[in-house]
Amino acid sequence: MAKRDRLSGNEAVAIALRQINPDVFPAFPITPSTEIPQYFASFVANGLVDTEFIPVESEHSSMSAAIGASAAGARSLTATSSCGLAYMWEELYIAASNRLPLALALVNRALSGPININCDHSDSMGARDAGWIQIYAENNQEAYDNMVQAYRISEHKDVRLPIMICQDGFITSHAVENIELLEDVEVKDFVGEYEPEDYLLNSKCPLAVGPYSVTDYYMEAKRNQAEGMRCAKQVVLEVAEEFAALSGRQYGLFEEYCLDDAERAVVMIGSAAGTTKDAIDRLRAAGEKVGLLKIRLYRPFPAEEIAGALSHVKAVAVMDRAEGYSNQGGPLGADVMAAMFRARSKAFAVNYVYGLGGRDVRVEDMEGVFADLKKIVEDGDAGETYRYLGVRE
Amino acid sequence: MEADISRLGLRAKWSDLTEGMKIAGAGTSRGFHTGEWSSVKPEFIEEKCKQCLLCTPVCPDSCIPVKDKKRGAFDYEHCKGCGICVKACPFGAITMEGVN
Repeated sequence: MAKRDRLSGNEAVAIALRQINPDVFPAFPITPSTEIPQYFASFVANGLVDTEFIPVESEHSSMSAAIGASAAGARSLTATSSCGLAYMWEELYIAASNRLPLALALVNRALSGPININCDHSDSMGARDAGWIQIYAENNQEAYDNMVQAYRISEHKDVRLPIMICQDGFITSHAVENIELLEDVEVKDFVGEYEPEDYLLNSKCPLAVGPYSVTDYYMEAKRNQAEGMRCAKQVVLEVAEEFAALSGRQYGLFEEYCLDDAERAVVMIGSAAGTTKDAIDRLRAAGEKVGLLKIRLYRPFPAEEIAGALSHVKAVAVMDRAEGYSNQGGPLGADVMAAMFRARSKAFAVNYVYGLGGRDVRVEDMEGVFADLKKIVEDGDAGETYRYLGVRE
Repeated sequence: MEADISRLGLRAKWSDLTEGMKIAGAGTSRGFHTGEWSSVKPEFIEEKCKQCLLCTPVCPDSCIPVKDKKRGAFDYEHCKGCGICVKACPFGAITMEGVN
């Protein structure tokens, strides 16, 4: 029996973690993710979990400790935001290349500078090439559901890669929403016990983790690592199917909203997708054929599926909540446009940078984007493909 | 996971490598011939050797075997040619190009 509650995104993720009862949770606080280890520490203090909670001195250390625990054979995780993620940079690559299935509850926040504590995706977008699986949430329910599914994906024998469960700082992490929780026993059974094949504390078989690789082997090692990522997409779908049977909530690689017959589409990640849905509802009521493709799985990038879902649209606006400083737009824009090019799409595509440092995105803003796309279709010309939304000109 | 370090070689395909390059099992460095890395090697001049064994403990790669209190020939499969043993020998019984 599901339980209805009202929770912030951070509370929801912390409760998912209580239900998962991981072995080791090293943490260092940083806004807006601090509440996740804070709530969790109270679960530890109250004896609700068996987790070894380690307050460490930095994010460099929290990720290092999570890696060490995972290599030792424990189910581990940490949480962070923004500069905390940046401080883990070196370790992110270590976790992925050593094929350690640990989790990171990431609460997206702008990177300095100027220093800012509010939401954008520049932290996790910068880590997009680190070899981690990245899954994003639109709302608190999705943040909770994604966390419950995380270890099933990450620990799968064909994958064995670290996973980043991302949600938008403050917008979902601190806003309280209605939410449906699974029973503790349901989560426990769904996630299951972690039984690693090879681990440092296995006295029956000594193990070396992270050995030096000379030039003769490094490239083969990286190709070997890529194989885990190639398998991840299928595993994400399988786990989502099982989760749907348990919860009744459907997840995929991405969500399509009014996309079937849409002539104009927006592609985006995270909480602003909810705002875009409202804009679509208004425009649909006026007879306009507009739709949304909301990315859930960003790494690995489901390029063929995205291009397929957009194959019938005339114009696409790809929304990046991060600057790429390529003078071309942001990372999602580059990925989506490359996917469309490979699929020989004839659609017009433009890339907007929006919502940086918590800049509000209103329904009217997204209506404006669809209006821009309408003009592009009418003119038969995309015009400037690298645009800003919501900046004072 | 099998500890088959012998599969590591210039013909090893990416799919031959272990997941995450983890190495399972003990003493696997014996099978990994790091001696390939060096271009010059120390030479043992047995007639000058007094069997003081000062060279043995300083070798970082344990390449000077000792049996019945006497050192034997270098293990060139693991010697990286660092030359430390040349410096350690008081009797000039070890020589190496580039090391005085």
